[in-house]
Formats: sequence, C-alpha cells, structure tokens
Amino acid sequence: MSRLTEDNVRVAHEIISRYPRPRSATIPLLHLAQQQDGYVTNDAIRHIGELVGATSAEVLGTATFYEMFKFEPVGKYLVNICRTMSCALMGGEELMHHAEHRLGIKAGSTTPDGMFTLEHAECQAACTEAPTLQVNYRYRFRVTPETFDALIDDLAAGRLDSEIPAHGTVARIRQHIPAERGVGAVPPEDATNAPSWMTVAEAPK
Amino acid sequence: MTTTESNEVEPAEVIVDPNAVSVTINGKQFTARKGDLIIKAAENAGAYIPHFCYHDRMSSVGMCRMCLVEVDTGRGPQLMPSCMFPVSPGMVVETESPASKAAQEGIIELLLANHPLDCPVCDKGGECPLQDQSFSHGPGESRYIEEKRHYEKPIAISELVLLDRERCILCDRCTRFADEVAGDALIQFTSRGNTTQVTTFPDEPFSSYFSGNTVQICPVGALTAKPYRFKARPWDLQEAESTCTTCSVGCRTAVQSSRDELLRYQGVDSDPVNWGWLCDKGRFSFEGVNSDDRLTTPLVRTANGHEPTSWNSANAAAVRMITDAIAAGGASSIAVLGGARGSNEDAFAWARLAHDVIGTPNVSAQLGDGLPVGVLGMNRATIDQASSAATIILLAPDLKEELPVLYLRLRDAAVKNRSRIIEFAPKATGLTRYAWRTVFYEPGTQADVVSATLAQPEIAAQLAKGEVVIVAGRANLAESSAGTTAALLALLAALPEAKVLPALRRGNVVGAISVGMRRGKSGLDSTGILNAAAAGKIECLILVGADPIADVPDADLARRALAGARRIIAVDTFITDSSRLADVVFPAAAYAEKAGTTTNIEGRVTTLAHKVTVTGTSRPDWMVAAELAQLLGTDLGFGSVLDVTAAIAAAVDGFEAVTAEALESAANGVLAGVGSFDAIATPTVALGDRNSYNFRLVVSRKLYDQAVGTTHSPSLAKLAPGGAVFVHPLDIARIGSAVGADVKVSTPKATIVLSLATDDSVQRGTAWVPFNQSGANVGELIDAAAAVTDVRIESL
Ligand code: SF4
Ligand code: SF4
Ligand code: FES
Repeated sequence: MSRLTEDNVRVAHEIISRYPRPRSATIPLLHLAQQQDGYVTNDAIRHIGELVGATSAEVLGTATFYEMFKFEPVGKYLVNICRTMSCALMGGEELMHHAEHRLGIKAGSTTPDGMFTLEHAECQAACTEAPTLQVNYRYRFRVTPETFDALIDDLAAGRLDSEIPAHGTVARIRQHIPAERGVGAVPPEDATNAPSWMTVAEAPK
Repeated sequence: MTTTESNEVEPAEVIVDPNAVSVTINGKQFTARKGDLIIKAAENAGAYIPHFCYHDRMSSVGMCRMCLVEVDTGRGPQLMPSCMFPVSPGMVVETESPASKAAQEGIIELLLANHPLDCPVCDKGGECPLQDQSFSHGPGESRYIEEKRHYEKPIAISELVLLDRERCILCDRCTRFADEVAGDALIQFTSRGNTTQVTTFPDEPFSSYFSGNTVQICPVGALTAKPYRFKARPWDLQEAESTCTTCSVGCRTAVQSSRDELLRYQGVDSDPVNWGWLCDKGRFSFEGVNSDDRLTTPLVRTANGHEPTSWNSANAAAVRMITDAIAAGGASSIAVLGGARGSNEDAFAWARLAHDVIGTPNVSAQLGDGLPVGVLGMNRATIDQASSAATIILLAPDLKEELPVLYLRLRDAAVKNRSRIIEFAPKATGLTRYAWRTVFYEPGTQADVVSATLAQPEIAAQLAKGEVVIVAGRANLAESSAGTTAALLALLAALPEAKVLPALRRGNVVGAISVGMRRGKSGLDSTGILNAAAAGKIECLILVGADPIADVPDADLARRALAGARRIIAVDTFITDSSRLADVVFPAAAYAEKAGTTTNIEGRVTTLAHKVTVTGTSRPDWMVAAELAQLLGTDLGFGSVLDVTAAIAAAVDGFEAVTAEALESAANGVLAGVGSFDAIATPTVALGDRNSYNFRLVVSRKLYDQAVGTTHSPSLAKLAPGGAVFVHPLDIARIGSAVGADVKVSTPKATIVLSLATDDSVQRGTAWVPFNQSGANVGELIDAAAAVTDVRIESL
C-alpha cells in the first residue's frame, strides 16, 4: 500500500528535526505509518528509509524487532487477551474461547469485515485486575463473557469511538515541540549549546 | 679494574614502551600491545580462543559468546567475552580453565540446539568453524531432544548468494560486513528471539559488488555462492596463493581447483592491499577461465575464415607477416597494442620483441581510455598512504565500479575519520556519499574547476592539514584525456608534495607500462596507433590480449583501425570482436594457467600461481613472444618464466629488488621503485561552443559489462545492467519523452537509439551512458580527437 501522505511527510520532517540524527526518528515514523494505514506497509518502510537515510532492510530490521508493529493488515480493533499466569488462573483461557466463538475467528486472525483482530498477549501488567484484555492497547479489567460481548457491541456500534481510536493511533493529540526546544539537527559532538531542557539550574550556594 | 670503576658505570637506560601491556595468559607472562583485544593478544601468545562472530577486520559485537574465557583483573576470575575487552595491565587470562571450558561447551551446545547438523550435504563441511570448534571445544553430546527449527531451503538473497537460514548462528558477520565494510546495508537481522533471521527487504536483493565476501566469512554453511555450491568438498581442493588480475588493485587470492578445474577464489588478507576482501567480479571470474569458448589452438585466416592450425605453422605465418610488414613499411609500420591483461613477464617479453627485435617504437598498453604514461613517473602513493592521508583528492573514475577494493579501502579511511575526501567528478560516484566535498564539473572544464576549488580558504585549510594523495584516472570516456591531465597538473602545481595513485584499471597496466609496453622515442600512443592504422599506415598490428573494438571508447576509430591495418596478429584467450579480424590468432594461457608476477596500481609486485593446466595448446604470452623473437633471429634467452622475472629485475628501472627470491619471502609482495618516465606536458583543452540544447556526454564503466571475461562468466554476465541514456530528473522535460521511451542520441558523427532513464547522480545539462553494455554502442558517439562530446537527445 501507501507511502506517507503529504501531510504525514510534513509531520515526519517535524519529528526528524527533533533529533540530532535523522535515523533516531525511525521508531516514531513507524508509528506514524502505522497510524496512517493501520499497519506498516512495505512502501512506508521504503519511504521512511528515504526520509531518515537508511536502507529499507535497515528499517525493516528495526521495525520487526517490535511486536506492536504489524506488517499485515489488522482489524480496526486489535483485541489482546492476556494468557499469563494470573489471568490464566482467573479465566483468561475461557475468555479467549468465548472471544473466538463470539467473533467467529481463531486467535491470531481478523474478522472478515476487518473490524476485529484477536491475539494472545503475555502479561499486561495488571494482574490484580485479571483477567484483562486490551483493545488497541486500552485496558479492560476483570472481563467476563458478558462484559466482553457488551464491549464488542459497543465497538461495532461506534459507541467507543471517542475513547478508542482505530488501530495504529498511539495518541490522538500529537505533541508539537517548538523548534527551540528540540535538540535540532546537531549531533551531540558538534553541539555548542545544550538544549534548553538539558540545562540544569545551578544549585544555590 | 677496581670496584669504584664498576660503580661508576651508568645504569643502562630502561626504555619503557608506552604501548606494552604485561598480561598473564595461561600462566605465562606475555607482553601485549595496548588496545589489543584479549582474543587477539591470546592468539599472539599462542593460545587460540574459539570464536564465531569476532573478525579481525570488523568491529567486535559479542554476538556468539563462544570466546568466553576466565579473566581476572584483580577482582577475582570471571567469564568475559574476550573479543569485547582490551587487555589491561596485570590481567590474568585462563583460556582453558574448567570454567572457560564449561562456558565454551555450553555455547556450542546452545548453538547446535537448532543447527541442522547436515554436514554431509553442506558445502562448508570440512572447512566449517562450527564443525571444527564443535569437535575441539564442544561437549560431544547434547541434552536437547526437541524438534529443530525449519525453514524453506535455500532462499536467494541475491543473484549470487543463497541462504540456508536454519544453519545460521546469527553471528552478525555477513550483516556487519554489508554495513560496515561494503556500505551496502541490504541484509539485516529481522524479527527477534528464536525467529531472528538474516533477510533482505522484499524486491531489494543483496546486490552488493562485495557479496561473495559474506560467503567466505560466514562461520557456518548458511551462506553459499551459486558458482561454487555443491561443486566440491573442501578436502578435494588444492590451493595456491595468487593475485587477482581482473583489475589493477591486485587483491591477494587463494586459487582453488579440483581435478584440474578452477572452482573457487578466496580472498587472502594482504595488509597493504585487500584486507582479505575481494569484489564479486574478481571472485567469480574463474568461470571465464573454464569457459568452453576458450581458444584451444592457433588459428589462421584462410578463404574459409579462421582455420585451426599448428603452432609451427602459425608461428611461421606470423613471422612472415612481420618480415613482410618490415619490408613494406619499415619496422615503425608495425604497432603492438596490449599487454596489460597478462603478467609482467608477458609484457616484458613482448616489449623486448617489439622494441628490440622488431624495432618499432609504436607500443601501447592502454587503449585510449587511460592517461599519459608520465602519470606513473609522479610521486607514487601506496594504497596505505592514500587511505591514511589527511586529504584524498579524487580525480578518478567511479572507484566502486572500476577498482572495487580500492573503493573499500578509501571508504574505510573516510568513515573511520582518518581522511577527508575531496572529489572532483562529472557525476556522483560510489564514494560521493563519503566525500567531505564533492565538486561536480562539466566534462572539459575540470582544470578550471580544480583551480577555483583550490582557491577556497576552507579547502586550502583542509589541504594544509597533512599528507595529500591524488587518485588520478579517467572519469569520462567521452572526452579526451586532456581535461583530466590538465586538472591533475593544476593540482600538482598547487600541491607539489602531493602523491599520486594512478587509477588505471586493466589488471597489469602499471606493470606492462613499467616493464616497457609503452611507446619508444617518437613512437605513437594508442590513439596515434589507431589513427595510423585507420589511415593505412600500419602494415602489421599486433594485439596482445587487447580488444580495441570493445575497449577503445571511439568505436568508429577502432573499427577503421582494424580495417585499415594491413595485417593483424592477435594473442587472446577468446575470439573477440577484434581477434575475429586477425590473420593469425595465438591461443593464450589465461589466469591461473601460468606463473609469473603482476604489478598493481601502487607498483606492488606479487606472484601469480600456475594452478591448472592450460586450455588446449594455449601458451603464456611471454612464450609466444620469445618464440617469435627466436624465429626472427634473436634469442631473448627466456627458457622459463623465472628467466624472464630475472631479466626484468636486471633490466627494468625500479625493479632491481623484484627477484623471484625476494618475492618468495615477501608475504605482501615487493614494492617496485618508480621508474623514469617523460614528464607530461600541459595539454590544451579545446572546447568548442557549448550549445545549450545539447547534453554534454559522460560515459563510464559499470563493474559488470560486456567485457569478454564477464560475458563468459555466466554468473556475472547476467548482472550487467544494460545500456540506457540517463539524465537528471529535472532535465527530462527538455527532451519531451517519457522515462523508458526510446530516444535518439546523436552527434554530428552518428546517431544511436537508447532508452531514456533518470538518475539524480547525473548532473543537469549532462547525459550519462554506461560503457560497453547491451544495446546500442555508445562508442559510436565518441570522437577520440574531440576534447568533449555533446549530444542531442530527441524523441523518436
Ligand atoms: S548467515 Fe552466516 S555470517 Fe550471516 S549471521 Fe548467519 S551465520 Fe553469521
Ligand atoms: S578489486 Fe580488482 S583485484 Fe580486487 S578482487 Fe576485484 S577485480 Fe580483483
Ligand atoms: S567471538 Fe566473542 S562473542 Fe563471538
């Protein structure tokens, strides 16, 4: 599919300008690509390589290290159900069975309408709230078959749109760092002035 | 003697070497060098530490942990990866203690957990570090009983290299090489944990010119090269050390054969030259030697075309042609072109035959694509000097395409911040990425551009920082050598201390010129010879491994010259476009079929190995020359190649020290002295009017082209990119044709049709065409007499 759109190229340049070296922007740009298309396309990888001065293979190598970057289309909602110890003890496995029945797919696949992708997850760091799941990395705690069904109904009807953006959007509000607060395109060894956020006020004597 | 006297003796001054570090390795005291890694110091002390990822010529990454040994730096012994830590004073290293052994055995067991152990069908078996170290440092058995990992076998990561992923131990050698050494980061580790694997990006293969090195350094059989895969087992190979003569860098190689057939070349680490690396063209060129198309017997022209004949009758015919030519036009109506593709001995024997026996001054080892031979008389730099100079000035062809391993050495100098590169070029090159400054010039204007650049304070400040080495050669075949020569002289006038490394490309061009394959007093250079032949003034043209029709930039001139020469004798390994026109063709022994010596661009003389039997009845060039001389009444006294080597040492200026004995004991060859050459006079560059509708033509070589050695190496032949005319993307609108369309490219002299392409390494207002590719011959547009070539590009 697609390279970054014109608007996103603008964002990309802003992101790149925050770092001393363009390559440092690789991960944020991968997020940007995933936000644009719901997953990271090969064209986007190539485009990011061009923007940061790396080969496509280098970007691919970096990107595939991280599980949260997807390289095939995923549903609008990625549902991760925890299967690690606490959740397993509290019914995580049964919850997954239920989810598979409800959505009509096996874990690791996507509903034909492209709405839901179901995945196993390892510990989501909320053991006290077991069993847990995440929808596009937004938590749901102590999930029962009933609350799961209600969640799916709400998502399908668009009732949770304001809370849970489509897969790929890390945050709806993008941080803008004014140029003077960025490190800028100055490699550390060449920097004459420390950036403002690095200047430490001198301790009172 | 009294005691007082002895007390007065001053104690000998103790010289403390600031770089010496005293360590204990396996109980023995050893003096290491400061900065040496423990693994290296141990090796120097005679204690081998097993390893997979560590490689002397690349940075350490600590990937495999095979090199764990017990090290005590005063805090008690602990296991440390010895490839990651330099020695420190007082360090105690135990490479064979129970803890070290247990660690090494554990790593082997882990590495083998997923390794298929298919050694009997693996190309690496028999020379495999994993196999060897499993025996020497492994536990001998495994506790893993689980199913091993499986992958599709094998996947092609390039046209030349295959990858069997299940054998990979993730040592990062291939990927590190691609990134760090070659600068082609096209292979990478992807994914992680148990699924980590080496991959390319889809549709972007590992098309590096240096890909074969990854096969050589892979410590397992994961990477294999198509030309060698399943051809032999290592224990069936015989090898001899030699030097690659595919280009003039002179990389050291191990030539390997089995049952008298060349099967593989491996890089040998020569510190001043190639650091163990080879380019793929050199590495896989053995296929050409093995080609079925090689000439096997002498040929003479009859009414029915070329007919095979005996050496005696071919010699007799050649001698008759030479004597007839002398009778018809005198000795100077004979011209000899070539010699740069053979050994020093070949060139020397031919030079003796031409100059002393026949008596002609018209001899040239270059083919209109070189520089005046005086460039060899300049203050010559070595490759080491170039790659450690504060400033490297490039006034040269794209080194990545023409002298690939020199590109690696200079790239290393730039990325490791030893040197800054100032590049003058008509078009971006492989080194442009690494250059501190690249100054583009329009062909013909380089002398002015050089002078203007030198006047810039910033450039002057850089040049004042230390040694300057100029790499000089022809960046553009569509212009005469005048522009480059003038620019080189301008550089030397401003930088009289600068050294020069000639970037002439044919394997032994420097050797051939040095030992005498150059014009004598009032003789003609190559273009002069071709012009004289075209004008019907050459009674006999002798081609010694030269193919002017394919190699001379001015195609029309080459054709007319071969048509105009009354008689042609060729010595060649193949029937080429030129040898096809010869009256007598002698089959020449090829690389690895003859012994001798060769000289690289620095003047370093190294030995060539005679590894396999010659093809058919072919003979080394020197033998052909000696025999003809004999028949012409002069005994050159060459009974063996050693006689010729000795004669060179006795007769050639600068080669006094280059004796067979000296070569035998010198691992890195012998650096010949710079002989005396006529100084170069400043040429005038006569530029006509520049018509702004025209594009100024740049023609240069790609690594893979239609050269005879490449087309007869099947693995390499398909890598030639093919012809097209490239312009800057912003110039495309001027032409009124779309990318991919066929366009007419014309000069007043000729018109050819090429497909149109864009390339932003091409400068605006210029057009670039790769030389000697499939499709229309760009040589038709080149005029050897013109300073530059301007072309019109129009839609059909
Ligand atoms: S393919 Fe070979 S060189 Fe490359 S990482 Fe694997 S084992 Fe190492
Ligand atoms: S750089 Fe030249 S000498 Fe070295 S391997 Fe390649 S062709 Fe041979
Ligand atoms: S050789 Fe030291 S970790 Fe691989």
